[in-house]
Amino acid sequence: MTGFRFAVDVMPRDGILDPQGKAVEAALPQLGAESVHGVRVGRRIELTVEATDAQAARGVVEKLAADFLANPLVERWEIEAR
Amino acid sequence: MKVGVIVFPGSNCDRDALHAARLAGAEAELVWHERIETGGADALILPGGFAHGDYLRAGAIARFSPIMGAVREHAARGGLTLGICNGFQVLTEAGLLPGALRRNTTLRFEHRWVRLSVERRDTAFTHAVPVGALLRMPIAHGEGCYWLPEADIDALEAAGQIVFRYGPPEGNPNGSLRDIAGVINERGNVCGLMPHPERASEALLGSDDGMLLMRSLVESIARVEAAA
Repeated sequence: MTGFRFAVDVMPRDGILDPQGKAVEAALPQLGAESVHGVRVGRRIELTVEATDAQAARGVVEKLAADFLANPLVERWEIEAR
Repeated sequence: MKVGVIVFPGSNCDRDALHAARLAGAEAELVWHERIETGGADALILPGGFAHGDYLRAGAIARFSPIMGAVREHAARGGLTLGICNGFQVLTEAGLLPGALRRNTTLRFEHRWVRLSVERRDTAFTHAVPVGALLRMPIAHGEGCYWLPEADIDALEAAGQIVFRYGPPEGNPNGSLRDIAGVINERGNVCGLMPHPERASEALLGSDDGMLLMRSLVESIARVEAAA
């Protein structure tokens, strides 16, 4: 068994209102950053999976992401091997 | 006639729910989330609070608490299950109710009195509500914005699964689609709402409208018992 490190980025789905992103964006003019828009806030989860190979490890993360780390109804996710 | 109130680490309306269930005439007891059976409860309440700190998403971790297996079995048997606020969030995360509860569009934790119109008075949770009544109850949540894809919400509407909507004069406090405050499953035995009926259980608290729901629930258990 080897430890495989992954990062899972979870973001609100496109078209779904992201109040957190909106709040961050609303503060930008105070910083003189009027040219910045389209702010979306998500979360990044890093984890290590013990598995025989990278493919098996990724399989575990894919299931975890869909079942637990993200709510597929309102969020999308990307898995990154590190 | 026994009501079990599930207690997750971080639940904070469990004792209020217990009190309201007893006030409605039921025997009631707290059920710790690490238990794997509900102690013979005829109905379950998943109370408000911040189960498991609301980490990841509200209700996301509570869904995997050991007791949830028994909650699923109870619901699958047709057992009455009421989720209040955080309990509603847990039931949606567990897939026992449709939809998702997202961050309030107001960007604030909303804690105030609202009014609820009751869209269905023929459910186990609402039959004691008088026709046309607007129920006054408090809300206290940061993630109460009800969301479903448009097509699914049309289906929900057509199936009569929208039980509570925010009504005038306060209106919709959190940006919920179609003013939805509470929904029921297709079978009619699992219901969830964001407002707190247990915090409106005595006139002393500012309203006892919540007792209409608690009494409906307890009377529904009694009816099932009488029929058995």
